[in-house]
Amino acid sequence: MKTQLTVNRTRHEIEADPRVTLLDALRDHLGLTGSKKGCDHGQCGACTVIADGRRINACLSLLAQHDGSEIVTVEGLEGADGLSPLQRAFLDHDGMQCGYCTPGQLCSATAMLDEVRNGRASHVTEDLEAPVTLTRDEIMERMSGNLCRCACYSGIVAAIEEVAAE
Amino acid sequence: MMPFDYHRPDSAAAACERGHGAPNSAFIAGGTNLLDLMKLGVMTPETVIDVSRLGLDGIEEQGEGLSIGATVPNADLADDPRVRARWPLLSRALLSGASGQLRNMATTAGNLLQRTRCPYFQDTDTPCNKREPGSGCSALGGEMRNHAIFGTSEHCVALHPSDMAVAMRALDAEVEICDPDGKTRCLDLDQFYREPGDTPHIETRLDPGDLVTAVRLPAPRGDRQVYRKVRDRASYAFALVSVAAVLRMQDGKIESAALAFGGVGTKPWRDLEVDLLLQGERPSDALFDKAGETLTQGAETHEGTAFKVPLVKRVLKAVLTEATQ
Repeated sequence: MKTQLTVNRTRHEIEADPRVTLLDALRDHLGLTGSKKGCDHGQCGACTVIADGRRINACLSLLAQHDGSEIVTVEGLEGADGLSPLQRAFLDHDGMQCGYCTPGQLCSATAMLDEVRNGRASHVTEDLEAPVTLTRDEIMERMSGNLCRCACYSGIVAAIEEVAAE
Repeated sequence: MMPFDYHRPDSAAAACERGHGAPNSAFIAGGTNLLDLMKLGVMTPETVIDVSRLGLDGIEEQGEGLSIGATVPNADLADDPRVRARWPLLSRALLSGASGQLRNMATTAGNLLQRTRCPYFQDTDTPCNKREPGSGCSALGGEMRNHAIFGTSEHCVALHPSDMAVAMRALDAEVEICDPDGKTRCLDLDQFYREPGDTPHIETRLDPGDLVTAVRLPAPRGDRQVYRKVRDRASYAFALVSVAAVLRMQDGKIESAALAFGGVGTKPWRDLEVDLLLQGERPSDALFDKAGETLTQGAETHEGTAFKVPLVKRVLKAVLTEATQ
């Protein structure tokens, strides 16, 4: 079946079996191998992409369900001036070792900062109706869907903290 | 994944009809649980019916309550200003579950209908009465931890894993169902979910082709709402025990109490005897201890789940203490 979608501002039409996940379409059909297949079950977050402005696990989403969607992957985070502030901060703070989880961490953090700007609360937010202050606890809670087996969490949190403060 | 036909009907009625006509079919919206289980070979639908674009994604005011569309994402429901203000218990329960990514995908009806995380249910190499009726239960006599102590049977001890449904149970929510004849009916969560008995593979009162279209939330019966979840990790883990409380206080006494429990039941658990015991009473440690005793008197524990009895009593006491202060 045919699915039309926009990935990193480029329109694509993909002919694929209904079983193809968004992740497999990005990697195997479009050659965008930045998004990683870690667990393939929504547990590790390495496949995180931004679909219509929301971070999702691309491994648990059928391509067919994204007809008309606008997807942003790690390959699309760069702006006209080069690396995005988060990408730059991950480098500055050593927010990675092997780098396998990094594309998912970056997409997740990018969309997470938008959620905070939109006033979305988290499990650790004290007052559901007050503006959110992005403390370290808030960052850790909000990023808990992205695992890093090299345990570079301190660098990842520091990078996000720096960008959030800007 | 096994091959399947994918359909995207353009109305709820067409979706029901398609589901009714295809015996081995599944509705998909967020897909987070279904695709996970399809990859494992635990669920093998031949027909997958996409209900994510049926316009069931709105939250409407209905009298003093809300009608929550079946495909409202969990993240959006938790964030709704009306829910945050009047049903904070529901926001809290939703925010305590899964991850930011999953909450953006998972939907209201999908959350209600998610399957157990019993490791034997997910492992197609082991017997499981829920996955393969009559094959036996590997949890009984096997490793147990995330298993139920209420509503179990000799055929199944699988836990209902939802946080959202626990809050909804305490909030007296009703599930709105559309059937293939075009009729709509409503069931409260106690009626909606079945205990395993000798048919653990049948988990709800839904018939083939029945589509959950909304969850109706009546006006909250109490302004003191607390959800507390205890788990193995601080974030992104299922509940070992959770307690949802909706209380109203009057002149230092508990005027009304509605309590529901997660991590302990084969369905989101509620014990009206506990609610009644608290009603009209002045808060005290002795009263809260008695509530815990009443709740757990019928608990069926095994070596791996015995810890849940003292744990749920303590969490209940802590929640009642917080809610009555």
